Amino acid sequence: MEDKKLITVYIEDKPYRVKPERSMLDACLTLGFDLPYFCWHPAMHSVGACRQCAVKQFRDENDKKGMLVMACMTPAAEGVRISIKDPEAVEFRSKVIEWLMLNHPHDCPVCDEGGECHLQDMTVMTGHVYRRTRFKKRTHRNQYLGPFVNHEMNRCIQCYRCVRFYNDYAGGRDFGVFAAHDNVYFGRQEDGVLQSEFSGNLVEVCPTGVFTDRTLKAHYTRKWDLQTAPSICVHCGLGCNVIPGERYGTLRRIRNRYNGQVNGYFICDRGRYGYGFVNSERRIRHPYYVTCGASGEKEENKLDEGKALPHAKSLLQGAKGTIIGIGSPRASLEANYLLKRLSGPENFYAGFSGRDFNLVRRIISILTGGPIRTPTLKEVAEADAVFVLGEDVPGAAPMLGLALRQAVRQKPVEAAKKSGIPVWNDYAVRMAVQNDKGPLFIAASAATRIDPLAEGVFHGAPEDIARLGFAVAAAIRPDAPAPQGALPEAAARLVPLIAARLKTASRPVIISGTGAGSMAVIGAAANIAKSLLESGKGPGLCFVVPECNSIGLGLLGGKNLKEAVAAARQKRADTVIVLENDLFDRLSAPEAEALLAARQVIAIDHLPNHTVSMAHMVLPAAAFAEGTGTLVSNEGRAQRFYKVYVPGGQIEESWRWLAQLLAATGGAEFFTLDDVDRALAEEMPVFGGVPAAAPPADFRMSGLEIKIPRQPHRFSGRTAIHADVDVHEPKPPVDPDSPLSFSMEGFDGRPPSALISRFWAPGWNSVQAVNKFQSEVGGQLHGGDPGKRLIEPASKGPSLSYFTGIPPAFKRAWDKSLFLIVPLYHVFGSDRLSALSPPVAELVPSPYLALNPEDARDFTAREGAEIRLLIEGVSFRLPVRFDASIARGVAGFPFGLPGLHGVELPAWGRIEVKMSGWAEKSAGREWGEGEAGDV
Amino acid sequence: MLSDAERREIEEDIKAYADRKMGCVGALKIVQRHRGWVTDEALKAVADHLQMTPDELDSVATFYPLLFRRPVGRHVILICDSVSCYNVGYEDLLGYLTKRLGIGLGQTTEDGRFTLLPVACLGVCETAPAIMIDSDVHGGLEPPEKVEELLKLYE
Amino acid sequence: MSDGSERPLTGDFRSDGRPLDMGEYERAGGYLAIRRALKEMSPAEVMNEVKASRLRGRGGAGFPTGLKWSFVPDGEGQDAAGPRYIIANADEMEPGAFKDRILMENNPHMLIEGLLLGAYAIGAGCAYIFLRGEYGRAAKAIERALAEAYEKNHLGKDILGSDFSLEMRLHMSAGRYMCGEETGLINSIEGKRAIPRAKPPYPQVCGFMGRPTVVNNVETLCNVPHIIRNGAEWYKGLSQKLSADGGTKIYGASGRLKRPGAWELPLGTTARELLEEHAGGMREGFGFRGLLPGGASTEFILEEHLDVRMDFDSVQSVGSRMGTGTMVVLDDRTCPVGMQLSLQKFFARESCGWCTPCREGLPWVVHMLRAIEAGEGEMEDIDLLLEQARLLAPGHTFCALAPGAAEPLGSGVKYFREDFERHIRGKRCPWKIKSL
Ligand SMILES: Cc1cc2nc3c(=O)[nH]c(=O)nc-3n(C[C@H](O)[C@H](O)[C@H](O)COP(=O)(O)O)c2cc1C
Ligand code: SF4
Ligand code: FES
Repeated sequence: MEDKKLITVYIEDKPYRVKPERSMLDACLTLGFDLPYFCWHPAMHSVGACRQCAVKQFRDENDKKGMLVMACMTPAAEGVRISIKDPEAVEFRSKVIEWLMLNHPHDCPVCDEGGECHLQDMTVMTGHVYRRTRFKKRTHRNQYLGPFVNHEMNRCIQCYRCVRFYNDYAGGRDFGVFAAHDNVYFGRQEDGVLQSEFSGNLVEVCPTGVFTDRTLKAHYTRKWDLQTAPSICVHCGLGCNVIPGERYGTLRRIRNRYNGQVNGYFICDRGRYGYGFVNSERRIRHPYYVTCGASGEKEENKLDEGKALPHAKSLLQGAKGTIIGIGSPRASLEANYLLKRLSGPENFYAGFSGRDFNLVRRIISILTGGPIRTPTLKEVAEADAVFVLGEDVPGAAPMLGLALRQAVRQKPVEAAKKSGIPVWNDYAVRMAVQNDKGPLFIAASAATRIDPLAEGVFHGAPEDIARLGFAVAAAIRPDAPAPQGALPEAAARLVPLIAARLKTASRPVIISGTGAGSMAVIGAAANIAKSLLESGKGPGLCFVVPECNSIGLGLLGGKNLKEAVAAARQKRADTVIVLENDLFDRLSAPEAEALLAARQVIAIDHLPNHTVSMAHMVLPAAAFAEGTGTLVSNEGRAQRFYKVYVPGGQIEESWRWLAQLLAATGGAEFFTLDDVDRALAEEMPVFGGVPAAAPPADFRMSGLEIKIPRQPHRFSGRTAIHADVDVHEPKPPVDPDSPLSFSMEGFDGRPPSALISRFWAPGWNSVQAVNKFQSEVGGQLHGGDPGKRLIEPASKGPSLSYFTGIPPAFKRAWDKSLFLIVPLYHVFGSDRLSALSPPVAELVPSPYLALNPEDARDFTAREGAEIRLLIEGVSFRLPVRFDASIARGVAGFPFGLPGLHGVELPAWGRIEVKMSGWAEKSAGREWGEGEAGDV
Repeated sequence: MLSDAERREIEEDIKAYADRKMGCVGALKIVQRHRGWVTDEALKAVADHLQMTPDELDSVATFYPLLFRRPVGRHVILICDSVSCYNVGYEDLLGYLTKRLGIGLGQTTEDGRFTLLPVACLGVCETAPAIMIDSDVHGGLEPPEKVEELLKLYE
Repeated sequence: MSDGSERPLTGDFRSDGRPLDMGEYERAGGYLAIRRALKEMSPAEVMNEVKASRLRGRGGAGFPTGLKWSFVPDGEGQDAAGPRYIIANADEMEPGAFKDRILMENNPHMLIEGLLLGAYAIGAGCAYIFLRGEYGRAAKAIERALAEAYEKNHLGKDILGSDFSLEMRLHMSAGRYMCGEETGLINSIEGKRAIPRAKPPYPQVCGFMGRPTVVNNVETLCNVPHIIRNGAEWYKGLSQKLSADGGTKIYGASGRLKRPGAWELPLGTTARELLEEHAGGMREGFGFRGLLPGGASTEFILEEHLDVRMDFDSVQSVGSRMGTGTMVVLDDRTCPVGMQLSLQKFFARESCGWCTPCREGLPWVVHMLRAIEAGEGEMEDIDLLLEQARLLAPGHTFCALAPGAAEPLGSGVKYFREDFERHIRGKRCPWKIKSL
């Protein structure tokens, strides 16, 4: 935290010490005063539109008259004197509510927002009670805004927060405020799906029920009847903190969980709406084993309670050779660790694809081996120069994209600050800044959604992206290795500019990751960071990784999955345990099939998939909201997620299945998550911080014997929902793994930050209560933000040396039908789990192959025409999409879209035009072309 | 799609501004001059031409009352309903016009000849009550029968 | 020294209503001021001359013009640190006001020269004339004058052989009173919704495109060439010491008067003189009940206030404002409730919708007034109206639009309360008998 001089302000004539450079509203809320507001938002600051935060300001102690000012527009300066309680201010604030309520429909009893409504709270807070108008209310038509957000304009109080978030903060361009005077309307120009990947935040940003969560609405429950627990988003590698809510055994919604260093106030739509897979009807809820029926077809035999372990035990004990374990970057650290224990380190394979394995390992060696710091998301948002190397940031890690949208404002905002405009005066800053942007450079395979923000963009093959990166490093420090030969002109032009911008920045950040599938790109990014470090800068080096526990699994180690395939082919694997993984996503079909051809295959997962379908025994795994565990984000932050509810059937956390199997086969005994984490921390120093990522299960608030409830104290409580089974209320399940209880009883104060199941404070039922949990508005949560960074830069010690493997320039194939196939990413689609959620599935694009129109002309004149793509023996049938941003000789393959996986990219692929004899079927994957080839 | 003439005029108009978006009100007025009102199709074409989204442009378009986002008749009668006109016979004039045209404020005659809309003070208060037909301002309409002669000018 | 009959702004108008062309303007002494300034005066000297003249803004608020200019940082030297702008506020949508229109329709070059001098003083390289969309005649006049001025190098690069350059553009608006508020106006030229901006920062520091910008009223700017040509002392003398403020003012009057119109008179002429001499008094058969001295957003004054001098400070002594100096007269055969309804309908409709009190309070006021006028009012409505007028005070709202609406509302209800009560008691408008 910066050490700024504090100043003294007076509230009701009492002095308070506060930080300068903030508004009085901010100061009041930080000091714990209740002062109502609407248009102000802690992340978006002040505009002074709603007039709700009026207070009386006095010139000095002798001024008894004072004048009304808006606290949010009043700078907290030395000696400022205000009164919140002044009768005129109190009256005015209640009159503002009266005005806002003139046209409000007062439909709280049927409103989705009810009980969690900032407007309700503020109405109560100001004491406005009686309606004095007898005139008709104005009404509006509602719009269809897509599968995520419901629209109910009549409830609008015109605070302008939605446009300010959607357009100003998140860069959306398909939303707005229309018309004027008391007819202003917030929505789209015409009905249609909101295009921003952050649209779901409208639900939390809107202080009333205009924008509400459609997925919750689909099966509505009152918000105080949701059982909640702190959790972590599992849909990319950033580790955003979320609060899932459950009712009657199904997950109903996801909300943001504030973490000052990570996601702050927002999450992306993939994270908010991707939870649907948890409720899937296809969920595996019972263990089963597979037998061959009389006619040869497979039969699934459900195992009753208590029967699964003995069966699994007998399989393991009957193993006629090696038992190998295949971990998963989407499973918890604990599950991966216990599988490693069960199989033994020599037989544990990290469940990445061969290429991802190498990429993640390189990332980890850079982060753990060198003195370069990886920034938090908040620090990225504060960067004053950014170079993105090889990543489609919005597609692969949406919230990092949102952080970049803030980062490009840093420099111009600083300039505005110099001319006397405080940062919190948001609208004034925006008018001063206009279209000015700070330096952002992007080198990627194809256009990304944040390209328009960039000062310079280069699109090219991974080789050329890497070469650009190496050249920039060499331009910063001549001792860094420089590429031989020329760069493409577009890249060469950028080199001096990027180098200069990064060198003159005070907080430069380099972003790269696994997205380009290139070791060289990662090496180039590291070289730039190193060159900056050696020029005396403290650069941030941020890597995007594909999954929620990629880094955790990478740190845990294990062998390359390709070696497992080799082992299987050599019949060195008798029994294979696959943890939450579909090997067909990671390997080519022949490879996966070879691996799963082992004599015994046990799969632990929550949904059926190709791998599960080939297993001999299947154990039902808890999805993220049904279990407790730890994930390590791209920042190296170990974060605990908690079981929100006890799932039906025989579902258990994977780590618990594995702990039981371990114990049953004579291994160590682990009873609770804490046991596992303690062992992990002891065994591997890098995980030393894991136990401290959150309080242990026996943690209790000081002097109290009670746990922290998952259910709010406003919970409707006991219902007759199980009356057909038993009229007695079932005993709440016990939770041996956390200090949280499945009950509404318990400690009702403010728990440690990692245990916050909901933001609530007396009088603050909406998410705005988060103010009461922070040490200062917009700052860290009391006691520090949740999670524990496992990787901090070594202050001394061996410094990373420069990477030298600079690839030769990309040359397009002599054969015009050969293309370098590079992966493209989609917010909706590239993450396979979220794409299983029905509202997300609606927005997943259909598969395609992106070609430069010039190249495409060799095959077809028409966009949409179907071609056949052959990559290493796997064939895909895809319509062509023209994309002028793609380099000649390169083709973009939207990775992860239905049917589009199982190949490692980039790779050379052959494009064939339609020939007679092709079956007319929809685009996607074709199997068994017989051109198989191992890699 | 914008017509060539529209495109040319818009390009000419935009020269006055540092940024294409700044010319958006002017551009909308140009298409309105050509088409009578700003159709959804025209809105989208202008947005495209100015590198804006339709949402961005309509947010501006709907703010300004002289940009018509709904169909109007061949001629638009804007009747000043502000205070100076009110004080010297606005109500009589409005009464006369609604009876004579058979339409109320915000409506268009069945033959599509006139649309009647209220407008803020036209700035000719010394000759109140006043109306504006298309782009011509006419004052001194007391008694209201005087408007008859005027209407004849707009077929 | 002036004899009080000098009319620098309007004296040269042609009698046929056609705008002065370049030749005519120059023959009348036009563009002498800018020639002189470019040759003999530094920007600071121009600014100081304007300061010394005690010219106060004619847009309504009466802010000293020279002082406003001096807030532009590094006022001297064109493009010393990035572009600066000057904008003529020709929105003139204040009901009752029509003085700027008269100036632009008759002598557009005077405005151009005023802008030139302002631009020179603050170092602006680009000027806009923000004209309301309904002023088609003025637009034609200005466009022609701009073309002439460019042709003669009174605009463009290296004006009149100096190293001073200025681009000047006409921006035609498309309605909405809020556009006249200077920060809303800036947003409007930027192609945005005309909502106001927070102050501070003031436009002089951070305005159009985030750069220092001066916004002046048309009439204000039209005074500047005369000040530079004849000197500050001469200018102050125009008001014959009737007022501490310098110069003449274009006053106007509308309503049931014998000769409604506009007159350029020494600043500080009394309301009674305007009404009785220049406007010829009330029309036959109509009695005087009250007037809004400076357009719709000023407080009513009554018969007993008529001897007040119409200058910025004096009008305040009778509880109103000089505003635009164009009076709106209420006669005894017009319903004060109806007039109030017309006023408030205007303000409610023209609100930008940004801040709560204005967006929600004004339509509520309209609802109540409409009910009263329709005979459906309740006695509590009167107190509610007064309460709304009290709540819509400066500082309570984001900009001055709603407080402007509150001025005629509070004073109107206060002075004509009996009329409001008669509506409510009688359950009908007493003035509507005619149409029954
Ligand atoms: C709602 C509102 C409307 C206004 N309309 C006008 C206008 O039409 N013309 C004008 O000159 N000033 C108008 N003003 C005043 C301007 O904000 C600004 O004070 C003025 O243009 C400054 O010029 P001056 O200093 O030359 O008087 C308006 C103010 C408000 C609050
Ligand atoms: S007072 Fe408020 S709503 Fe009204 S015009 Fe000003 S800012 Fe807009
Ligand atoms: S919160 Fe201060 S005016 Fe809206």
